[in-house]
Amino acid sequence: MSVVRRLGTGARALWRLLRALSGDDAYERYRAHQHERHPLETPLSRRAFYEQSQRRKWHGVSRCC
Amino acid sequence: MKNRIFGALLAIVGAFAIGGIALQRQEPINALWILTAAVCIYLLGYRFYAAWIAARVLCVDATRATPAERLNNGRDFVPTHRAIVFGHHFAAIAGPGPLVGPTLAAQFGYLPGTLWILIGAVFGGCVQDMTILLLSTRRDGRSLGQMARDELGPVGGFAALIGTLLIMIILSAVLGLVIVNVMKHSPWATSTVLATIPAAIIVGLYLRLWRPGRVLEASLLGLVLILLALLGGGWIDHQPSLRVLFDYSAVALAGFIIVYGFSAATLPVWLLLAPRDYLSTFLKLGTVVLLAVAIVITHPQIKMPPLTAFVDGSGPLFGGKVFPFVFITIACGAISGFHALIGSGTTPKLITNEADVRLIGYGSMALESFVAIMAMIAATLLDPGVYFAINAGAGVVGATPEAAVHTISGWGFPVTVEQMRALASSMGEQTLFARTGGAPSLAVGMASIFGSTFGKGLLAIWYHFAIMFEAVFLLSTLDAGTRVGRFMLQDLLGHLWAPLGRTSWYPSVLFASAAMVAAWGYFLYIGVIDPNGGVNILWPLFGISNQMLAAIALSVATGILIKGGRLRYALVTLVPLAWLAIVTTTAAWQKITSADARIGLFAAANDLAGKLASGALSVERAAVAPQLIFNQRLDAYLTMLLTAILWFVILDMARVCVRRMRGLPVPRSSEAAYRATRLAGAEAVR
Repeated sequence: MSVVRRLGTGARALWRLLRALSGDDAYERYRAHQHERHPLETPLSRRAFYEQSQRRKWHGVSRCC
Repeated sequence: MKNRIFGALLAIVGAFAIGGIALQRQEPINALWILTAAVCIYLLGYRFYAAWIAARVLCVDATRATPAERLNNGRDFVPTHRAIVFGHHFAAIAGPGPLVGPTLAAQFGYLPGTLWILIGAVFGGCVQDMTILLLSTRRDGRSLGQMARDELGPVGGFAALIGTLLIMIILSAVLGLVIVNVMKHSPWATSTVLATIPAAIIVGLYLRLWRPGRVLEASLLGLVLILLALLGGGWIDHQPSLRVLFDYSAVALAGFIIVYGFSAATLPVWLLLAPRDYLSTFLKLGTVVLLAVAIVITHPQIKMPPLTAFVDGSGPLFGGKVFPFVFITIACGAISGFHALIGSGTTPKLITNEADVRLIGYGSMALESFVAIMAMIAATLLDPGVYFAINAGAGVVGATPEAAVHTISGWGFPVTVEQMRALASSMGEQTLFARTGGAPSLAVGMASIFGSTFGKGLLAIWYHFAIMFEAVFLLSTLDAGTRVGRFMLQDLLGHLWAPLGRTSWYPSVLFASAAMVAAWGYFLYIGVIDPNGGVNILWPLFGISNQMLAAIALSVATGILIKGGRLRYALVTLVPLAWLAIVTTTAAWQKITSADARIGLFAAANDLAGKLASGALSVERAAVAPQLIFNQRLDAYLTMLLTAILWFVILDMARVCVRRMRGLPVPRSSEAAYRATRLAGAEAVR
């Protein structure tokens, strides 16, 4: 049982790492940040946030030779 | 501590001794030894040199709040775990450069390139990346150009800006040329690479319209699509009626790449650029890991000798002696100025604690250097005769297979037409002769490694997988470079007429994109029509421009260290800077003044002009000769300009340093004021 549980914990940690590395969880992190720091502001929608972050990312040098 | 240093020295001496013995006895060396030695050297560099620099030279302060903490906005300034920042930073810096450079430099034998990759990375590239990352982190994530302007003055800042724009143009042209050489008259490669464009668009629509921001789902979908494209390309290649639709000449493909680059720079990023980048990142990380595993499993023998006769400057891939040209050919993987643009952009805004810069700056570059070592292995495990047959242009070895094998065998690297034909057919290609640019020979090397690890029967699929991997990778750098070049151009033009500086005003967008694409498209077109392959001229130019950017970055770092009163420690950046200045200036000097037409650009132009006037050229070659002559002269002036920018920045830095030492006023440090971190656990980080 404990082995299964440990494998489950490991798999969940790996999944969290993969999500963080790929930016899959960016919106959730943004919502958490807004909730904590600016609870009165209306947060951006998922799509608006995605568009804004893509525009910001590709405005500067983000890929190399 | 002393014991540890002694241990490290012992390890290095031991490694060199073993290597020395193997060389003395002329034994073929196993790739595993090179891999092991490389890993040991990176670990030693990371454990000792990087730690010493972080503590003594940069005075990394774990109690100081970083911009990510101070300016946290949940968007671009976000304190992020260092493992994740490492992943982002590595994905950003690792491009096709470390794959192509070592492949070309292998013409000198495996030793010069390998040594430069290792020494250059540990003492140059990694140091530059870490230093710029920390300096930018202390300045709220300011860019290299801004730091040059703030810390040195407007001259240095302007030179950095022009230098960056030039490198974008040369880089895009050379990458375009590599892709063209991969795809020309190869229906399988062309159809697969073309199919990755609709695949990226589908992923882009998925990410924006259907499931916004679900990057993992979309990437999985994209991977399935591009694997289908790979298999579909193989199927098309076997249909005589379909394969002719994808059989293009180099000039046609260059036109296609130019149109593609223009579209990527003007279309919304979410449609093409961003989704393509997600695919390329996944493919890149996956392939790098796969390659490392496969090399360890197969541990191939290196067939290239440690040094070839071409160290004297007569090499078929590009002319020039091993000094200075090996240091110009391998920029990425040893030291790459381009990284300073990444290290002073997105990454510093994510760093939670200053102590993380050692892992993120030094560590990522060490890993990129390791990729370059793997590329060197993949190039040198081929039979040298095969390597030269793939990489030497028709203008050097002869236009027919018979002439090429005769020339190459004459150098002492036996190869036969049958051998090349069998190799091409096992890779699913018509011919592999004169596929210059480095990518096809790397793909053959990778396919043979993967083939002997995961099954020989799939060689053709592995070859085209490697080709697709390289093409996706090259195209996403080309996209991003064109787009950034467009923004920089708009920024510059905005000083002349304000509306041109508005990045969302469509006439300005179209004009700046067209100008950028025309600039690199011109060099791409000339490279394509050049019978010597074009890469022999463009790649050294790219190397010189990349080293120039590195010298700008190191000048900024040295200036800041000396201004901060750390003269003694400034040697850490001053020594690599001096080396780059020597190497780049020598190479530029030879490219401009050499009387040997294989090296000197003016000499080549005059030589060709003489042949044209005397009627010694064939009809086809005479037709393109005037353009080639003009281009060689243009390249010579461009080399002069790059060298002038390099010395402008170095002298500007020296001026500021001399003023500082004489006690005269200098630009104030733009470092943000100290504020103690409030993040928990910061004290625990050393």
